[in-house]
Amino acid sequence: MDNKLEIAKSEPIWNTNNRVISIIAGLVILLFALPLFGMNSFYLHLFIMIFMHAVMAQSWNVIAGFSGQISLGHGAFFGIGAYATSFFYMEYGITPWISIFFGMFVSGIFAVLIGIPMLRLSGHYFAIATLLIGISFQVVFQRWDLVGAASGLWVTMTPEDSWSALQFHSSKAPYYYVFLIFFLITFFLVWLLSRSKLGYRLRAVRDDPQAALSLCINVSNYKIIAYVISAMIMAPMGSLFAQYILIIDPDRVFNIEISIIVLLITVLGGIGNVWGPIIGAAILVPISEYSRIYLGGTGGAVDLIFYGLILMIICIFRPNGLISFIPKDILERKKQR
Amino acid sequence: MKILTVENLSKSFGGIHANRDICFDVEEGSILGVIGPNGAGKSTLFDLITGFTKPDTGKVKFFDKNIFGISPDKISNLGVGRTFQKLKPFADQTLLENVMIGAFVKEKDIKRARDRALEIIDFVDLIEKRHHFAKELSTGQRKRLEMARAMAIDPKLLLMDEVTGGVDQKTIPGLVELVKKLKKTGVTIITIEHNINIIMEISDNVLALDQGKRIAFGEPKEIQNNKQVIDAYLGTFDAA
Repeated sequence: MDNKLEIAKSEPIWNTNNRVISIIAGLVILLFALPLFGMNSFYLHLFIMIFMHAVMAQSWNVIAGFSGQISLGHGAFFGIGAYATSFFYMEYGITPWISIFFGMFVSGIFAVLIGIPMLRLSGHYFAIATLLIGISFQVVFQRWDLVGAASGLWVTMTPEDSWSALQFHSSKAPYYYVFLIFFLITFFLVWLLSRSKLGYRLRAVRDDPQAALSLCINVSNYKIIAYVISAMIMAPMGSLFAQYILIIDPDRVFNIEISIIVLLITVLGGIGNVWGPIIGAAILVPISEYSRIYLGGTGGAVDLIFYGLILMIICIFRPNGLISFIPKDILERKKQR
Repeated sequence: MKILTVENLSKSFGGIHANRDICFDVEEGSILGVIGPNGAGKSTLFDLITGFTKPDTGKVKFFDKNIFGISPDKISNLGVGRTFQKLKPFADQTLLENVMIGAFVKEKDIKRARDRALEIIDFVDLIEKRHHFAKELSTGQRKRLEMARAMAIDPKLLLMDEVTGGVDQKTIPGLVELVKKLKKTGVTIITIEHNINIIMEISDNVLALDQGKRIAFGEPKEIQNNKQVIDAYLGTFDAA
């Protein structure tokens, strides 16, 4: 009996770090408890934006971080989700809880349709193609009368708070919990994905497509799968955002800035790492919101200057993102040594 | 039984004939050594067999199945594994993760894939390095990694491109022993190798290429004495 082999086999598959698990559990409990301590409207909004952007960045992380395809048009799936929910609620009275899934489904279909031709491209070519796809969605919706063209859709407001219509006028706390739950579910599912056979295979496609091919992995199919998953994560955030602000238009929900910001958040936090988008969103979203408060309007674009500066510093000194500041001895794989 | 039959396989890149009418076959359980000077078309031949490059003409049969022009993932799925001349480890993943990606072909369950990967890593004598990232391994260890990863798909035929290329002299005997150990598992091997002594030691048959053409095919002794092979590749110390 080979002793070293038996020892290796007896190791747990995931060497979970109890200290890290305790910290995460504590933070989750704290996040659920925060509104109970009388958080004001601004802080509720700030956390809602952090949750939303973290999920959007996680969506981008799946296609870019896991499978290595840099998409610059991911805002399109955010917009599809937003329009699906608002349109079906306004036209047919379908509750957003159902049309969220419809938005996910439509986004998934579009991801397949876009992905089949586009994912034959790679590197910069794929990035440029997705950028143009993202912009073309904005242009189409600006001219599409059925969905309000450039004016967009003004979601019919309920007279009172309504869980079925996903509208809350008296407090932002219910929105906070809805976004928080979506945030937690998404992160748990992506965490599972990263540890699944699919996750392993996506990382193989990212790291070396030729080596992946030699291991029976159909690279094109796996890229499309990643694109579809990514799109289906992005769409619900569009749906929830539409219910949160109750007015959507192409400039707002198909804006190219959405695609760029999710990229910045992920790169800042750590691309290819499940925790990267959380860290990135927790830093960049407050910068954006505070600059908007103190400088007015869209923040006088100061937030974008900050983004640029932070990104330059990260790219030069920490190319693996802020997650790389976490000591290596608490990272799972290293700890097993 | 013939595991691989190649008939009149040709490939041109523009005006350059990388492979011209290559013919050979491989018996199951044997080792075929492929030799030839740089630019002889050895790696291109591997790419044509494994589907990484589409051949122009010819026939490639794996057992009785025609695999001419099929995509690489489908060919590997049939049981044809390969390593690369320019190493292609998944650099940011651990050795264990690298091999698990291959093991998932046969094992759907993560625990079983992991156990299978560990057995193969143990086979290539890298069990203590299992949690090291591929980028942290030496060239010799990366060669073993690639062999382990290719073995993880449970190949019937394994094509290895320069197993001992780019490693130091002390590392070579261990890699050669590993190839012999691999053969004992029953897997058929085609290996490109520049070191003629190694080829003579491990091969049952040798295919010699020059300028994209087959110049000789046969047992090592025959090849060693073949005039065309000597002129094109082996040379002679006896200049007089």
